[in-house]
Amino acid sequence: MILHELIDYGTLRVIWWLLLGVLLIGFAVMDGFDLGVGMLLPFAGKTDMERRIVINTIGPVWEGNQVWLILGGGAIFAAWPPLYAVSFSGFYLAMFAILAALILRPVGFKYRSKREGARWRRNWDWALFVGGFVPALIFGVAVGNVLQGVPFRLGSDLRIFYDGSFFGLLNPFALLCGLLSVAMLAMHGANWLVLKSSGPVAARARSFARIAALATIGLYALGGLALWLFVDGYRITSVIDPSGPSNPLAKTVETSAGGWFANYATHPWMLLAPALGFVGALLVLWGLRSGREIGTLLFSKLSIFGIISSVGLSMFPFILPSTVQPGASLTVWDASSSHLTLFIMLFVTVIFLPLIAAYTAWAYKLLWGKVEEDDITGGGHAY
Amino acid sequence: MEFDVVTLSRLQFALTALYHFLFVPLTLGLSVLLAAMETVYVMTGRPIWRQMTKFWGTLFGINFVLGVATGIVMEFQFGMNWSYYSHYVGDIFGAPLAIEGLMAFFLEATFVGLFFFGWDKMSKVGHLFATYAVAIGSNFSALWILIANGWMQHPVGATFNPDTMRMEVTDFFEVLFNPVAQARFAHTVSAGYLTASVFVLGVSAWYLLKGRHIAIAKRSMTIAASFGLLASVSVVVLGDEGGYLASEHQKMKLAAIEGMWKTEPAPASFTLFGIPDMEERTTHYAVHIPWVMGLIGTRSLTTEIPGIEELEAHAETRIRNGILAYDALQDYRAAPSREAVPPEAVTAFDEHGHDLGYALLLRKYVEDPREATEAQIKAAAWDTVPHVPTLFWSFRLMVAIGFFNVALMGFFVVLSARRKLGVSRWPLKIAVASLALPWIAAELGWITAEFGRQPWAVEGVLPTVAAVSELTVPTLWLTIIGFTLIYSVLIVIEVRLMLEAIRKGPQPDHDPEMPLAPKPLVAAE
Repeated sequence: MILHELIDYGTLRVIWWLLLGVLLIGFAVMDGFDLGVGMLLPFAGKTDMERRIVINTIGPVWEGNQVWLILGGGAIFAAWPPLYAVSFSGFYLAMFAILAALILRPVGFKYRSKREGARWRRNWDWALFVGGFVPALIFGVAVGNVLQGVPFRLGSDLRIFYDGSFFGLLNPFALLCGLLSVAMLAMHGANWLVLKSSGPVAARARSFARIAALATIGLYALGGLALWLFVDGYRITSVIDPSGPSNPLAKTVETSAGGWFANYATHPWMLLAPALGFVGALLVLWGLRSGREIGTLLFSKLSIFGIISSVGLSMFPFILPSTVQPGASLTVWDASSSHLTLFIMLFVTVIFLPLIAAYTAWAYKLLWGKVEEDDITGGGHAY
Repeated sequence: MEFDVVTLSRLQFALTALYHFLFVPLTLGLSVLLAAMETVYVMTGRPIWRQMTKFWGTLFGINFVLGVATGIVMEFQFGMNWSYYSHYVGDIFGAPLAIEGLMAFFLEATFVGLFFFGWDKMSKVGHLFATYAVAIGSNFSALWILIANGWMQHPVGATFNPDTMRMEVTDFFEVLFNPVAQARFAHTVSAGYLTASVFVLGVSAWYLLKGRHIAIAKRSMTIAASFGLLASVSVVVLGDEGGYLASEHQKMKLAAIEGMWKTEPAPASFTLFGIPDMEERTTHYAVHIPWVMGLIGTRSLTTEIPGIEELEAHAETRIRNGILAYDALQDYRAAPSREAVPPEAVTAFDEHGHDLGYALLLRKYVEDPREATEAQIKAAAWDTVPHVPTLFWSFRLMVAIGFFNVALMGFFVVLSARRKLGVSRWPLKIAVASLALPWIAAELGWITAEFGRQPWAVEGVLPTVAAVSELTVPTLWLTIIGFTLIYSVLIVIEVRLMLEAIRKGPQPDHDPEMPLAPKPLVAAE
């Protein structure tokens, strides 16, 4: 097979770095509002009927949305195997907490309505809250740790050793990122509820959305400041071959204060990303005030897009820096799959991603409209 | 047994995989049965088929969510617990997992929402399309998972790259059309169809015994029995195909399943019964059927099937060659560039590189395989023999259940064709009593295939001892206990909800097309 030589290795790596961003943003935008709705469930709905309305706004779609996470895991495994191996084993207990919380979610949606008991339903409400809040928080904490670098080492045979602990992950900067992630997804989830419900649920969602949007702006600004003041950036100091073999041990790396802002100085257009992060959240506030429900949801997507892109752009070409062995840091140029695998995966993605977008859009169109009490009492399979 | 990191990681994987595999077969099969039932509804317009689809759909849903919930764990734990594996073979193994998401799981998960919520929002044909999408999605999902798993059993289309210290794909079509993967896909999917058929048959038989929902129960039984008969025959026939392929590619697994210690002159006999003894390396009280194994394994009367001891000796040679390859690889890694690698190292690696994985078997005893003693090499060769009694019995029980299911389904097809369903009670009782069998067979099948793959994570390429993450024992216990607690609570809840839904039975359909609903509308679910 010579076909894959059509796109050179270095270019493919950049394409897959972009696709990694697409997947993370896709997950945050699509499953993000499900997580946000889960977090808000006990607060946006007071009575059982209100809570059922909240749940049924995402009832038919959360399963499809969650595939973004599953695809994310699979695509990182396929395109960035060292990243998958180092981060999943390094963040071991954090990943376990995410999994435990995520296991509760599908079950909670499906099983809650199968019985009438108040206690039964209250327990599932809190399970769904955990299923939304914990992953949102930990994903943010994980990103905070990635920005600071992670204490992993690679042996000469590329065996992975991790010197950190679970509690080491919970440092102030990482927790700040965790809170930002919670605020951002709560904002997105609340906007979804505003669009998909009416009456008291929508009214409560509107005020949560406002608070969360303000929190997003504040925490994002604070995070940027802390990144500038307290977090060292990384820089490759040896000559790099973008098409070289994926051997993370073949380079040298140094750290510098404020180093994560270097890319913005050399490529000012990148400032568009953080700008979108702020502007999106500000537009959410404006949209809420002027009652533009669809627009508001698009604005929170915009904000999420900006915030996540800004992390990726700040770090480029780093994907996962190492604090204890900086030379072993994983970068776009030395942590990917082989040329052939990247090409095959791109081929498959180009075919299927548009198809997925098409039938997902069709499904959302079918399910368009606010969820009312009648939809739940009217028989069928409502949760 | 010593509970070290390797053992605990394996225990955790086995727990989560066996648990996940309780839900997958039913999802696979029931999705297809739902599509069949709804097709009848759309073609005939008879509302009872719609009511049936909804009822079995409710049970499908309760089962489905646990499959989804545990599936995420399956995908994530390769990186969590098997980080060297993930690094070493991610270039090949990751692709089918990602393609599964793109091609199958998005389809399944998007349309499963419409299956439940779309009854009143879509046309008849539109909804049928959603149901088909769920069935196609879940079956494609199985295909990609088994392509990934098939590669662990029979790693084709890839080669080791010393620069990146990992296996890299050389021919993706070989990975896709891996004969082992194809045979295992067909066998596993058929087993899923059979599971759903036995499930529908058993639950319907219970209704007939109770004298409830007779119209729905009889129709369900007819469809389950005919579908189940095809599936059960296919399970057995394709299982045989798997045996044939194992004789070609996984000779040790086959010999262990057979408890065949010494190579027999062709055609080998099949051991119907026996008590394999790992200490004495023999199978006591063996009852042989002449020729049968030779025929199953090689489809000829003249090809020999090697026994365990011959294969062990063969493994020992490959370990010694592997050490040479490992030594050459160190020269490779030490050289500043490819051109600077000493020519004798290049020659040695070209000659023995395919045995590198065998040297890594020694990681169980020494850090550097080159420092292994004679005794350690012998021990590592013996390690390539899986636990014979476990394989011997798992396999035989699975096959026995397989044959029983053919008989069960055949019998019910006859009853149904002669319109005798529900005439006598004893066949119904047998059907109810058989409910658990396909699940037992599926778990035994997993044990035969995956426990039988030991000591390899990837057959001949990467031993399980070398594949694990550098975790600590307490951390592993924490997650094992955590998963066990969550899983135990959830399975109790799941089974109870399943039983409640079965006891409640099919609900009157609120569809205006069906004015016969006897009871006032109930707030369903």
